[in-house]
Amino acid sequence: MTLGLVLHLVVWHAYHGAEESAFEHATLAFETANPGVSVELVAVPFGAYSYKLEAAIPHGNGPDLFVGKSNGLQEWIDRGLIDAIDAEVDPSQFVSGTLPPLIHHQRLYGVPLAFKSVALFYRRDRITKPPRTTDELVAIAEREHAADRCGLAYEAASLSYHAAWLHGFGGRILDDNNQPALDSAEAARSIEFVRMLANRHLIAEEATGQLVTDLFNRGECAMAISGPWFLSDIEADVRFGVASLPIVSSTGKPAAPLSEIEALMLPARSKTHAAALNFALFLSGKDAARLRALEGRQTVATAATWQLDEIKNDPVLTAFYDQFKLAVPMSQSRALQASWEPGQRALRRVLRGDVDAKRALAGAQAEIVATLRPAPPPAAKLPFAISLFALGLALLWWRQRAQPEVAFRSQPVAYVYLAPAAVAMGVLVFVPFVVGAAMSLFDYDGVHATFVGWGNFGNILRARDTSLFSPLSFYFALLVTALWTVANVALHVAIGVALALLLRSPLLRLRGVYRALLIVPWAVPNYITALIWKGLFHKQFGAINALLKVCHLEPISWFAHFWTAFAANLATNVWLGFPFMMVVTLGALSRIPRELEEAAALDGASAWMRLRHIVLPLIRPALLPAVLIGAVWTFNMFNVVFLVSGGEPDGSTDILVSQAYRWAFQRGHQYGYAAAYAVLIFLLLVAQTAFGRRMSQKQAT
Amino acid sequence: MKPSLAIRISIHALLLAACAITLYPVAWVVKTAVTPRQSFSPSPNPWPSTWSLSNFRDVLGTHQGATWLFGRQLLNSLLVSASVTIVGVVLACGAAYALSRFRFIGRDFSLRGFLLSQMFPGVVTAIPLYILLDHLQLLNSLAGLVLVYSTTAIPFCVFMLKGYFDSLPHELEEAVLLDGGTHFDAFFRVILPLSRPALAVTALFSFLTAWNEFILAATFMSRPASYTLPVAMQNYVGDFSTEWGHFAAGAVLVSLPVMLLFFALEKHLIGGLTEGAVKG
Repeated sequence: MTLGLVLHLVVWHAYHGAEESAFEHATLAFETANPGVSVELVAVPFGAYSYKLEAAIPHGNGPDLFVGKSNGLQEWIDRGLIDAIDAEVDPSQFVSGTLPPLIHHQRLYGVPLAFKSVALFYRRDRITKPPRTTDELVAIAEREHAADRCGLAYEAASLSYHAAWLHGFGGRILDDNNQPALDSAEAARSIEFVRMLANRHLIAEEATGQLVTDLFNRGECAMAISGPWFLSDIEADVRFGVASLPIVSSTGKPAAPLSEIEALMLPARSKTHAAALNFALFLSGKDAARLRALEGRQTVATAATWQLDEIKNDPVLTAFYDQFKLAVPMSQSRALQASWEPGQRALRRVLRGDVDAKRALAGAQAEIVATLRPAPPPAAKLPFAISLFALGLALLWWRQRAQPEVAFRSQPVAYVYLAPAAVAMGVLVFVPFVVGAAMSLFDYDGVHATFVGWGNFGNILRARDTSLFSPLSFYFALLVTALWTVANVALHVAIGVALALLLRSPLLRLRGVYRALLIVPWAVPNYITALIWKGLFHKQFGAINALLKVCHLEPISWFAHFWTAFAANLATNVWLGFPFMMVVTLGALSRIPRELEEAAALDGASAWMRLRHIVLPLIRPALLPAVLIGAVWTFNMFNVVFLVSGGEPDGSTDILVSQAYRWAFQRGHQYGYAAAYAVLIFLLLVAQTAFGRRMSQKQAT
Repeated sequence: MKPSLAIRISIHALLLAACAITLYPVAWVVKTAVTPRQSFSPSPNPWPSTWSLSNFRDVLGTHQGATWLFGRQLLNSLLVSASVTIVGVVLACGAAYALSRFRFIGRDFSLRGFLLSQMFPGVVTAIPLYILLDHLQLLNSLAGLVLVYSTTAIPFCVFMLKGYFDSLPHELEEAVLLDGGTHFDAFFRVILPLSRPALAVTALFSFLTAWNEFILAATFMSRPASYTLPVAMQNYVGDFSTEWGHFAAGAVLVSLPVMLLFFALEKHLIGGLTEGAVKG
């Protein structure tokens, strides 16, 4: 092998576990068969996957090939991120139905690897024959419920799971022209059906993926709805079967889940299309597909593989195959993305019993239309330039007036100290800031940018298309954010200072141990602890409700009401944030000479007076910057809100920054609109800090 | 002045309660990590029913060809975080000293600038930052990550240190200047040694900023061997399912060095000052 001739291919994927190792082994087989090519597989975390693709490909840093999903296709094509496959691909090579979702304007955009849809899992020790109709399903669930178990566990509040019932009742998410069509009587009936299941306690409440796994493994639930990914979560000693979802008894139609296709796609501008395609075809070939099916438990898209005895006789894989034939392919369109959040919200409202299905769906429909509303009209540049200039002048005049120039002798040596930090900040913070802020003046979806001047700001500030008090409105989110910031900072400081004071005495035994234990929340990555807190607040299985039950109190449905959901977010963030204030306070306290207090004590000052008049004033200067900056961080604390309440109920606990995120990534990629949100957040924070500073100066004098 | 027994008992009771609340969710992470499964049981009891190190073995044993991935990624994380700590604290020290001790044109502007930089949400700046790093040829390099994280950490460090420097009496430096020393002498010989508690807090903060971040690292780095640990841990989280056992074991492993760091810094963090200097 001559090294210089080896062609190097980079392939990105987001697989993990068995799927990843099967993918690796199939790749090894390719390298053995093609000694002139080496393939480097790069596992990219799912959370950063599409983001990374969108950043890298336009700048020529993308891979040679990546594993993508059919439902993002239209957007990727619109944004020029992927190229069509020009080679002849024989359709009979693939399971029927796996190619059309990858075709756009008669061109193929991916080599299908696998199809994914959910199906019904059932425990064989509970159920001998899986239910064929929803009536049978209800009967089994009733029987299980009578035995103090639950019948069915699945993520009922997720639209991707509910879609199966929606289709079974004759409804759909988008109509033939890809327009939102959620406000149908059929859709309402499908939600009422699930509501009936919930009311009769036949399905697990507030089920998340983790809960479904746990209930099924422990035998608390006899049935679960999930996809092939569930296979690796089921424990070895559980005997289970997989079947198609039942037929909806009232319509006679099968409950048809959504399906999506995983495919190898060619990034635009890569120069290795031919070799990459060769690899893609190898991986979708019979042998590689067999490996992926057997080792990775993938439901592969390769037709020939399903003829093999070992695959044909695998009851689990064939059950998914049968289910796929009934499934509805997920639309490539952006309208589907925009339907997701409102549809899901409507579903949750009905399941909580807040409103009837019809009204919830009508609301969802209006919300989808509002999200997809036309962009602001293009603006002329001259009037905008004039208004910007006038604004600049006004600002300058105001600053001039507010702060008359003080004459002082400048000390140039200061610049030597300041310059390194200032330069680094200038380049890496200021430049992206200006670019980001400029984006707010455009209607920008990632590819096409139209100059709209103040249009985005106008839309936000006029709360266009939504009422002032709807959770979608800027003003509502602003109010929530203000409340969020004040409550958090107050509690951070109160708890942090209180604990620091308790830990202060050098005579305290185990002081070091306490200090080290109390800082732990700061050390553990907050992504995982936020999810654990979400679990603690679970209605049926959370520890907090278990504790309430011990105290003979009613369990609370934490994410069903604004205040309780807000409190759950608050508890999580206070837990995450108090160690920081505690450490800052401990640092400040260590510098207060004991003698000062001891003298005051000898003069007869009580502990409270010493705290109030000596300790607190002395730690104030050190705490103030921490509070100012803590307030800014809390204002923009995205993770906790997004992971714990996720905006529940009805998006009301979303703060401004999570709204901005949703506009950028969940509501049809309206980057310009999101950037305008970001600019407003910035301006608000500037005002908040100026105000906070003035208040503290006033207090100090 | 030793507090009475009742007060001491109540202090311990309060601290114990605080520790219990603090550690409860953490116990969960540990439980998930030592349970030889990938699922995540939400029962209220945080005590593990089975103990196994299999998750740790899996996480520690990741390989790519002959490369021991976990070791490489740990090394990357340590390198990046240590560099960020040094770069961030050094740059911030200078800036904070300038802002605390000197009058100069642009002082107010810079002071605000540092705070302002924290206010623009990252949702919109990440893509421009990517393009910028691409132009600077810093993509896919640890140096690029160090720069980005440093600029994230600097504003906080500047604020902490400036507040601290402000509280140190000017007489300390004046004495050095009178003895014929320069400002630099005063800064390095007097101010910095006196600022150990504040330096420890800022160092810890800078380290943590770099240690736990994964979105930017996952976006900027494109080889598993150049990933940092949090990126590798995020690989256990999928679209539909998450390997909770591996993820939790990873979280425990990622948190341990931070705990060690805290133990190491603790002495400086709390009691690093001679009382005489403050009384001035």
